[in-house]
Formats: sequence, C-alpha cells, structure tokens
Amino acid sequence: MLQTPLIGFHKDAGARLVDFAGWEMPVVYAGIIEEHNHTRNHATFFDVSHMGRVRFRGNDAEALLERLNTRAIAGMAVGQSRYSHMLREDGGILDDVIVTRLEDHFLVVCNASNRVKLLDWWDRHLAGTDVQITDETTETAMIAIQGPEAIETIESLLPFQVSDLKRYHCRAGFIAGAEYIISRTGYTGEDGLEIIMPAAFAPSAAHMLVEKSAEKGRPILPAGLGARDTLRTEAAMPLYGHELTEEWDPISAGQAWVVKFEKEFIGRDTCLRVRDAGPMRKLIGLEVDSKRTPRQGAVIRADGEDVGVVTSGVSSPTLGRVIAMGFVPPQLAEAGTSLEVVISRDVAPARVVAMPFYKRG
Amino acid sequence: MSVPADRRYSQSHEWFKVDGKSVTIGITQFAADELTDITYVDVPKVGVVIESGSPFGEVESVKATSDLFSAVTGKVVEVNQKLANQPELLNTDPFNDGWIAKLDCQDLSPLDNLLDGPAYDKMIAQ
Repeated sequence: MLQTPLIGFHKDAGARLVDFAGWEMPVVYAGIIEEHNHTRNHATFFDVSHMGRVRFRGNDAEALLERLNTRAIAGMAVGQSRYSHMLREDGGILDDVIVTRLEDHFLVVCNASNRVKLLDWWDRHLAGTDVQITDETTETAMIAIQGPEAIETIESLLPFQVSDLKRYHCRAGFIAGAEYIISRTGYTGEDGLEIIMPAAFAPSAAHMLVEKSAEKGRPILPAGLGARDTLRTEAAMPLYGHELTEEWDPISAGQAWVVKFEKEFIGRDTCLRVRDAGPMRKLIGLEVDSKRTPRQGAVIRADGEDVGVVTSGVSSPTLGRVIAMGFVPPQLAEAGTSLEVVISRDVAPARVVAMPFYKRG
Repeated sequence: MSVPADRRYSQSHEWFKVDGKSVTIGITQFAADELTDITYVDVPKVGVVIESGSPFGEVESVKATSDLFSAVTGKVVEVNQKLANQPELLNTDPFNDGWIAKLDCQDLSPLDNLLDGPAYDKMIAQ
C-alpha cells in the first residue's frame, strides 16, 4: 500500500487508517462528527496527498489539455484553476480534475483512484505532440485547510498574503528553496486552501500547523476521509465512483455546467446528443424521513415502483437529518416530489430538495 | 485495555453474555470504534427467532452500515429500547448500557467455539 509523507503524523495523532484507492489513509482521528463540526465552525486540515498531481509541459500542453477537458483551458490566466471533466471518446467520465495554469506549464490534480488510468489515457494522446507529462504525486504532498477560520489562521502563519486570493486561484513560489502552490479551493463547502509542497516538507508543515494554530487559540485539527465525505455530501459535491462514473456523460451525471460546447473536446459528440435529446436521468437531492441512512445502491421508488438509485447518503451532522443524492428520471426530479428510499428492510419516505443541502453563510 | 472476562467474543466483534438460558448480545468497543459515530441501531423485534450465523440487525454509523451476527439460535425476549434515541450508547458504553438484545436459547454450545476475553484481546491487538 502507498503511504503519504504524513503517515507518521497520522499514526502519532491516533488516526484510524484504511486502504483508500491503494493508499493508507486516515479515515478518522477524534470522531467524524467532531471533525465535521470543527470544519464548519472553525478549521481543519486534510491530508489529500493521495490525489494525483501531474505537470503538463511543452508547446502543445495547452492544446492537448483543451482537447482532453470539457471546460475551456485556453484563455485561463496564470494562477487560475478550473474544475473540469475528462471524457472517453463515447462521453463516459474518466475523471473529474482541477486544471491550473502556472507560469509556463499546467498542473492537473486528479482522483487517486483514477491516476494510473489517466496516465495511460494521456500517454495515448502524446504522439506527435510537444508535451511532457510528469507525475509528481509521490514526491510532493498536498494538504487542504478548510473552514471559516482557515484563511485568517493560515495567513498569520505564512510570510505572505493569501486572503487576497480569489476562489479557484493560486499562488506559486518558493519558501526556503521548496516549491509551493497554494490554491483557494476545497471539497467541503467551506472557504479554504489547498497547499502542494515537497514531500519532505509535509511532516514539519503539519506539525507547525497544529501547534502554531493552537498557540493562537484557533486550533486547526486534523480531519479524515470520513468527515471529508460528510462535508462534501452536504455541499452536494459529486464524488467519482458515486455520482460520476465511466458509464455516464457529464450531462446525465447532473454536471452539464462543466461542458463547454463552444470548443472541441473528446466526448463532445455524446454530450451534444444528450443535450439535444435531454438526459435520461437527473441528479437529485433527497431529504429522507428516517433515522436510517441509505447508502450507495439503495433503490429509490415512486408509488411503489423502482425508479432510481442512491449514489451517496449520510446522516448530516450540520442539518441533523438524513440526506442523499441519487438519479431518477427527469419527470421525478422536481423539488418537492415525494419519493421513497429502500433502506435494508425498511422503506422510508423522501422528498426531492434543492442542492446544495448546506451553503456557507 | 482488556475486554470484560465474563463473556464470549465472535470474530465479527459481537459479545455474548450468558445468564442461565438467557444470552445478551452487544458489540465490542473495538467494533464501535471501527464503525465511528453510530447513528442508528436496527434491533430485532421481540418474539423473533434469530438463527445462529445469520444477520439479525444492523448498525449504522456516519461512515457505513454493518450487519450484526448471532453465534447462537434463540428467541428475542428483550431489546434495548434506549438505543432508539441513544444509538451513541454503542460508542460510549458498548459492554453495559449499549447492549442490543437478549435471547432465550436452548443450545448454548456454539458459544464454546467463540473467543474468551484474553483471546479476543489478542486478536484485536494484531
């Protein structure tokens, strides 16, 4: 199993470690609900070093990324990041990624579970191009600091400003000879930062973060994959393998906004067809009237008939109720529609609600 | 920390405490910690017969849903009503207040195949 540079930190902090996409990752430290609430009310940090970090260099890097991505890459400013999808020829979603334009090259951050697949996919498009792809996942680390106190606390610990960074923008530079990229991005529904640094710097950075923030009376606590999942579900952010899969295109996955039709990209034909015919299914948010939580694969019913399936479900710590995402035919996707969810031996009433379930104030 | 020595333990982290023909079932602290914050316990109905080796209920946490297994066959004579509103008892006191169900059993011999306290401690230490 792969380990991030922070494995020692996780063990010292008493984390429960699990295999996640081939990486030994912390799922929980103090408690998922505690970590969740600390993120919503203060700030936490997540080791997200398992995510892929890959550089695209060369004269054709922009053109290649333009073809690989559903969103526009050409025209992005230096220091700008964009959430995008990469599709198969038939429109199936290979992954959702964040593409960042740096001074003279691009950085792509992808899901850990899709990194090897994507490296192979990209490799197949390199012939005859001036593009050099470098996978820097194992030689770098990435931590996410998320929560309403994240920006202010981090800024007080750094020798430069970060509060001036706009959402989906980053600053890259060097501290003591070590390259960093600090972006105003995240996966929790809170304001926050994601910082990439050399692997060797990560353990001392994590310790400094915990100690210095505690000294300032604004402790930034470590949070695990468990809280990351409850936080992103409340924010209705899709997760690859749940809302996003190779079986469906972005429009059928409820992510039509990522598709930029005014350009060429791999998978565009399918997207065009689905847009014109209308998708067969829609992504919905559900409030479930039950103490029980429907998990991925739970059947959604309308008037006793199976009509769809749950992709993510959690007992929401912020809302104090059970919420879920799933897919149903478009005619059942209207907010207010009454549906049912099969949870083990029970059938629970549920209601379609607008997403996100949680929006920061 | 050692688990209570007055009961038997399954590989799937349930405990079984015998009192005459009555067997009380719960899950261990190790299991509760693994599941993380527990949000719901699906307990069986009183009067239902539970078969040894079959799932008889579920524990849901913030993270996942897990089946509960009984090592013995028996009729449910009592369930822990407190769990309906305080599922977190499984996290805070799984060996006492967080018990799940009491069975009336004819045959207690399957319990002989389970682990005793020290053997269970050894298993979870690995």
